This record gives sequence, C-alpha cells and structure tokens, in this order.
Amino acid sequence: MKNTPTQSRRQFLQKAALGGALAGTVSLPIMANTDKLEFPDDLPKWMREPGGEFGNYGQPSKHEQEVIRWVSANPAAPGNGVSWTPLHDLQGTITPNGLHYERHHNGVPQIDPAQHTLLIDGLVDQALSFDVKSLMRYPMVSRTCFIECGGNSNSGWRSNPIQSQAGYAHGLVSNAEWTGIPLKHLLKEAGIQTTAKWVIAEGADAAALNISIPLEKLLDDALLALYQNGERLRPENGYPMRLVLPGWEGILNVKWLRQLRLTDEPIMSRDETSQYTELMPDGTARQFTFINEAKSLITSPSLGMMLPDNPGIYQISGLAWSGRGKITRVEISADGGDSWVDAELQGPILDKAFTRFSLPWHWQGEHAILQSRATDETGYVQPTRDALIENRGKHGFFHYNAIVSWEITEEGDINHVYGF
Amino acid sequence: MSMVFKTFASILLLFLSNHLLADSDYQSLGQAADDLSQQAQWNLSIAPDGKALPQGKGFAAQGKKLFALKCAACHGPEGIGASADPLMGEVGSLTSDYPEKTVNSYWPYATTLFDYIRRSMPIDAPFSLTANEVYELSAYILSQDGIIAADFELNEETLPRVTMPNRDGFTAFYPEK
Repeated sequence: MKNTPTQSRRQFLQKAALGGALAGTVSLPIMANTDKLEFPDDLPKWMREPGGEFGNYGQPSKHEQEVIRWVSANPAAPGNGVSWTPLHDLQGTITPNGLHYERHHNGVPQIDPAQHTLLIDGLVDQALSFDVKSLMRYPMVSRTCFIECGGNSNSGWRSNPIQSQAGYAHGLVSNAEWTGIPLKHLLKEAGIQTTAKWVIAEGADAAALNISIPLEKLLDDALLALYQNGERLRPENGYPMRLVLPGWEGILNVKWLRQLRLTDEPIMSRDETSQYTELMPDGTARQFTFINEAKSLITSPSLGMMLPDNPGIYQISGLAWSGRGKITRVEISADGGDSWVDAELQGPILDKAFTRFSLPWHWQGEHAILQSRATDETGYVQPTRDALIENRGKHGFFHYNAIVSWEITEEGDINHVYGF
Repeated sequence: MSMVFKTFASILLLFLSNHLLADSDYQSLGQAADDLSQQAQWNLSIAPDGKALPQGKGFAAQGKKLFALKCAACHGPEGIGASADPLMGEVGSLTSDYPEKTVNSYWPYATTLFDYIRRSMPIDAPFSLTANEVYELSAYILSQDGIIAADFELNEETLPRVTMPNRDGFTAFYPEK
C-alpha cells in the first residue's frame, strides 16, 4: 500500500478542471387552441384515467422487476444454496424484507407457529419450553444491524476477479431492524448454572442446523427476533423466530430456532468444524472466528453500470459495516489506492449496522480505479486484497473483507480488477 | 411527616404502582420442560464425548451398499464429490496448493459425522435412516482412508474413540486473546 497524503475533498473534486459547462436550451410555452381539449395528448395516461386498486400487501413497481435476489442453489438439492441481496440496486441502509439475503441448508420450512416450541435446557436450573403466543408477551427491543454470511465475498479468493455485479458478489449481507426479546430474559428465567459457557442453538428446518454460541454473547446483545423491519419474520428469515447476534457471522444467527441447550463445551457440529473455519497456509484452521471485521463496498458506480457523460459528475456511493462497532471513516480512492479522500458518512451511524457513504466525483474520462476503505471505532482498517492474502493465504474461503477495486475505462465501462 | 402517614403513603404508592406499572418487567411464561428435555427428538446434538449417541452398530461393507443407494447420486460413487462435497480422500492435502477439506482430511471429530448424517442426510429425506444405518455409513466413509479397519465395528462405544487425522488442526479464536 502506498501511503501518500490524503487529498482534501475539494482537491478530489477539482483534480481535473471542470469541463465546459453544458449549454442550456430554453423552450417557450406554446399558446393552446381553445376549441380543443385543453390537454389532448400531452399529459401521461396515468393522469387521465383512474389508477389501480388498493392492495392488501404492496408490491414493487413492475418497472423494478429486475431488482431481485440472485439465486445460486444446488440443482440436485434446490434448498441448499444462497440468494444475494442486489446491493447495487438499493439505496439507504435498510434492506427490504423481500431482498434480504438467504442461506439455507435444506430449504425454507413452512412452520405453523401454533405447533412451534422453543426449548431452553441443559445447564439451567429448570428446563423451560415456550410457545410463540407466550413469547409475544415478553418485553421487546429493536435493533438495526447487519447480518453477513461468513462466506460472503468468497469469490475474492479466486485467482481471477469475478465479473459479477456488486450485490451478486458481496450481497450475502443485509441490514434490517430486528425486534424481539433480549435472550438474557429467557436464559435468566431458566436459571443459568455457573458451569454453562456455551449454548447449542438448533433450527427446526430440514437440516436441523446446530451450532455452538458463547453464552456471553447471548447475555450481551443477542435477540430472539420475532419481527423484521416492523413485520413478522419472513419464512426465509426464520419465521416464527430466529437468533440475531449483532456483528457475528450469519450462520450463528440461527433461523427457525427450536432449542438452546446450555453446555460447558462447544458441540463441534459440522458447521463449526467442516464449515465456517478458515484454512491457513500452514494447514491449520481458524475456528470460532465469529466477528465480521470492517468492510466496505462502492455500490455505485459499480460493475454492470457505465458512466454515460464524459466529462461528468457522478455520486460515488456505497456501504460500510463492522462487526466490532461503528464505522468511523470511509475513504475513497480513484487511483487504485495512491491517494485517498474522506467520503461523507450518512447518519445516524449505528453500531454494527450498514453506514451509507457518498462522495461526488468529477470524472474527466481518464482511466481510474475506484476503491473504498473502511475504518471502525476500534481503529481497524479494511485491508487490501494483497494484505489479506499475505496474512491468511488463499484457501481460507470465509471472512473475506478486502478492499474492492472497480476499474473505470476511458469508455466509461466498469470492470472488477485485482492488484491495487 | 408522621410514621403513619409515611406508611400510608408507601401503601398508596404500592397500590398505584400495581395499577400503572408491573412489579417486574415481565411475567415468567416458560413451562417446566424436564420431560421434553429427555426426549430423543430434543437430544440430537452429539458432543465429542459421544454420550448422546444412540445404541447401534455398523460395518463398512454394509455402509458401502447403503452409500451407493442413498449418497452416491450427490457425493459421487466413490464419495469424492459431485453436486455435493467430497467426503473421502485427500488426507494430507491441507498444506498443498489444492487443499481438499473432506471428512477424512479435515473433520476433527468422528462424532460430528454421525451427528450430521443423522440430522440432515440424505438431503431429500432427513431423519429417514436408522441408527444402525448411520453407523454403517460412518464406518464406510472412515474406512475408505484407513481411519478405521474395514472390519471395525462402529458403535456408540467405539465411535467417540476414533481419532481423526486432523484432530489437532484447529486453533480456537474464541475467547479472543
């Protein structure tokens, strides 16, 4: 990483002088013919006829039908795969519920809440079961946070840069307002024994997914979430209840939660040994790497878009997040990391949540490499890809959080590139 | 302020607070579930000590036949992967340029194999295998790389004692140092 002084925002904008101001054109109103309808054809038809009916549940405009999750599943087992949030098509910080990313191990269970039970047992004074109706009477809190799959952005480990749109390479992360019961209430009701250190969470899906979570995290800020962006959880996001562990990798945020068993040791399940562990160059693997480190991504302009005006002013915009706290800084480079300028962070900046950043950029038609680099409140700085690989090798698969580089060609096309 | 008045005031306050604010933030609504907690369907997780393993036994030869019927379509006839992950082979590959994380090359505990097959395989019919069948499939997979002998009886006593090649290959990053 070259370390040159940070430019000022103004320098970044004015690096190349403003191109010629566009010549304005002026049109004058034409006098109407009073014998005819005042507006025969020049009003759009949706102003000349009544609109559509009310709807019981709203849907996006038919003109936005291409804003979808991109599904990547195993054809031999269609319930095993992922769907990606189209981050490149979205703005703001909240992911709409229909576009929240998915990772299922064997499909989306259609759970009847009247038949669903949550059991808390193991190293507790009294094993307890809860039905959904009872849980709805507990005090709830709301928490906006991201959830990111440990395998998000794993194409970054490949030798050649994948030419996928931003969300379809990095969109196994979404951000929502989750509402539910602080887990500590329910665990304390059961009575936590002093030997309890871990909690084995299990889902009621056709993978009966089980994984060990430190008790400490559940007593800290974990939620038994029942609502997502104000409405009950979507089936693909854990209906009727799921864990939400702010800042910790997606697999731990167990959906369709049916059991929490308190134990003194981790269970060593498939998803904490075979998967979600990171192979290092010496052949050992990191285990229990729960936290998603700071990361950022320019969502616009990004691959799949193009810059139509040369010269032109473009609003660089993107997302930053950290599993360790708040984002404190996002820097932008247009020259592959030689120089950086601070982006504006859109408030409110929330702990362990998406932060939107932006910066106007005056493009003069030159070849450019756009990058964003996030810093969080612990001082951690998002690494370059070279630094990440130097530290962890190429076979870690999980927890890829390197800086993403978008190449802007002189024609205004955009490619994903490495080496910066 | 007289003692009587103070007492009266505090009773009044208590009376009011009972009406306006709950004494506690919430009512305990969990139901005692000792019986539920004992049932097999709530004891699916098997730790490395193997205490939760069900009684049963299996040999690799039986497992090989079952594998061809129930597993090979996704994992390949030799278990080296197809649409699903490879399960066997590649022991010792983890430091190579092309490491393969198979059950036999990577998984640290044999109990995990039983736990995972039982709860989620075959993927089109989870919970359709008997305990003996899970032991049989586990025996077949482990025997293919010589982790157990071909005639080894895998059961609730012997399975936890199987030592996987990569048993010591993991470094815990929690708690953070």
